[in-house]
Amino acid sequence: MLKTIFQYRHFIISCVTREFQSRYQRSLFGSAWAVVNPLAMIFVYTIIFSQVMKAKLPGIDSSFGYSIFLCSGTLTWGLFTEIVGRCTTVFLDNANIIKKLNFPRICLPITVVCTAIINFSIISCVFLLFLIVSGNFPGIPILSVVPLLIILILFSIGLGITLGVINVFFRDVGQFLGIVMQFWFWVTPIVYPIAILPKWAVGFLNWNPMMQIIRGFQTVFVEQKWPNMEGPVIVGLISAGLCLIALRLYRNHVGEMVDEL
Amino acid sequence: MSTSIQVSNVSKGYKRYTGRWDRLIEWVVPNSRNRHNLKWVLKDIHFTVKAGEALGIIGMNGAGKSTLLKIITGTAQQTTGQVQIYGKVAALLELGMGFHPDFTGRQNAIMSGQLMGYSLDEIMGCMKDIESFAEIGTAIDEPVRTYSSGMQVRLAFSVATAIRPDVLIVDEALSVGDAYFQHKSFARIREFREKGTTLLLVSHDKAAIQSICDRAILLNEGTVLKEGKPEEIMDYYNALLAKKGNITVRQVLNEEGKVQTISGTGEAEIDSAYLMNCRNEKIKVVGVGEKITLCVEVKINLDIPQLVMGYMIKDVHGQTIYGTNTYHKELPLKNLCKGETIKYNITFVATMGPGNYSITLALTDEDTHLNNNYQWKDLATIFSVVNLLYTQFVGCNWMEPTIHIDRN
Repeated sequence: MLKTIFQYRHFIISCVTREFQSRYQRSLFGSAWAVVNPLAMIFVYTIIFSQVMKAKLPGIDSSFGYSIFLCSGTLTWGLFTEIVGRCTTVFLDNANIIKKLNFPRICLPITVVCTAIINFSIISCVFLLFLIVSGNFPGIPILSVVPLLIILILFSIGLGITLGVINVFFRDVGQFLGIVMQFWFWVTPIVYPIAILPKWAVGFLNWNPMMQIIRGFQTVFVEQKWPNMEGPVIVGLISAGLCLIALRLYRNHVGEMVDEL
Repeated sequence: MSTSIQVSNVSKGYKRYTGRWDRLIEWVVPNSRNRHNLKWVLKDIHFTVKAGEALGIIGMNGAGKSTLLKIITGTAQQTTGQVQIYGKVAALLELGMGFHPDFTGRQNAIMSGQLMGYSLDEIMGCMKDIESFAEIGTAIDEPVRTYSSGMQVRLAFSVATAIRPDVLIVDEALSVGDAYFQHKSFARIREFREKGTTLLLVSHDKAAIQSICDRAILLNEGTVLKEGKPEEIMDYYNALLAKKGNITVRQVLNEEGKVQTISGTGEAEIDSAYLMNCRNEKIKVVGVGEKITLCVEVKINLDIPQLVMGYMIKDVHGQTIYGTNTYHKELPLKNLCKGETIKYNITFVATMGPGNYSITLALTDEDTHLNNNYQWKDLATIFSVVNLLYTQFVGCNWMEPTIHIDRN
């Protein structure tokens, strides 16, 4: 499989480029939007929460604290939803070429993942720039972001491709995912700090893989400390299992897929 | 010659679930019994195509042609059986190769090329050729959504054939292009064939199949009904099209050793058919420009309200040179009784060029043979045309000129 992916690397690369081109092709400012959007988000969070609402995180003095907390959560959550959401519909969206051409179908989710990662990188750069400018750069602990991101992406891919394959046969998955994601967002401490929750709820939320990962990011960016990697490592193992399931599902059903599109 | 495409016992069944929950149960419950039944669209297809050969696939809508091509190209998967293809394949399935509407023709051409497994350099190397062959001018840099379907086909064909493949698969796509482009693309297909490309062509266009293919197979309801010379298969197919009621189709060897297709419901039957010259002698050889009469004797087996007799003169390639019927000539016969015999004398001037010709006869109740096909008879009679009296000429049509020359 890796070999075929390598053979089709040109296709994947130009698919990703095409993806970005199509996003900005018919706009006047082009790729500037890719930077303006996250900038606006950071701006809004900062203004509203740190200046207007004067929201403070317990134990954090910086006036940007809550804004950074929000950004580190929403950015990573954004990466997760982009990969999972797009992977879920990727086979349906590309039914047109799946039905007409013979190529390794796995290229399609790979394209989605690459696009999401690049997109995330652009936004992250803006965010990091903001951290540096506002004097909140976390320093060395930022290195722990790399394993955290790998785990997050692995988890998203495993879940996304699994759902993507199932979605071809049971379209309910796509509909259901929208609802699940809403709930999932709110049972993950992104908008609120986990400290405000009662104890029983924290024990409950510990089962949420996304919480483990996002907590890690928040620790790095907000508290500027090395995160506790115990939870994320367990999630990493779960992700690896999920990826295996995804691979198995894909292998078993990829041939049948074209009949259902 | 080596084998290029080997299709062995390929069957394709689409899963059909009786209830909407059945698939879920089948997936979730381990070791559950099969809850689907298969709807077979292809049954035990078996054929080989040798390298450099051109095979036509003919069949009615829903016969399974496109599914078969999809399986051969690997787009769809067979349920049982095996397909082996040797060499590089280029396939033109349906329209447009899945072009993305928001991208320019050039970008789409690159994408399609990459999907076919070519590298960017290879595609850029033949971009000039793609552009000049497609002849869509500056539109190549316009988004594909502004293209007409003909332009899309032009581009798709140009991309698919930019690099000569070992196997070229074309699924009716060309019928969308205009006559000029059809001509051009067939010329390219011929050129590829001469260089050794194997061709698989699905078409309803009789002329295309007959002029390009060495062999044809007739698919009907998912099985190979017949395999043989394109001409013979086309005749059989036409007879099948007329299928209605208790039709019988049989192919017999006639005196000249050619396969003759006779079909029909049999209410009326052709007793005999022959050509006569102006001295009422039966003839097999006709001179160019000679006035001849086609005599057809018809026997009525059952009472029928209306009878139309049609005839077609075909050349050796099976192309129709001329054809008409008594409906168009406003001579349909009404209320025929069992036991009647009718004799048609059709007199015309043989204005065709030298060569061998055959006459196909049809007895129907209307304009076409699709409604009530009483009898359809290919190769009802065969004759040769020779040029004895007139200026030497080539071609299929006799147009004796008067030539006036001014010389100073």
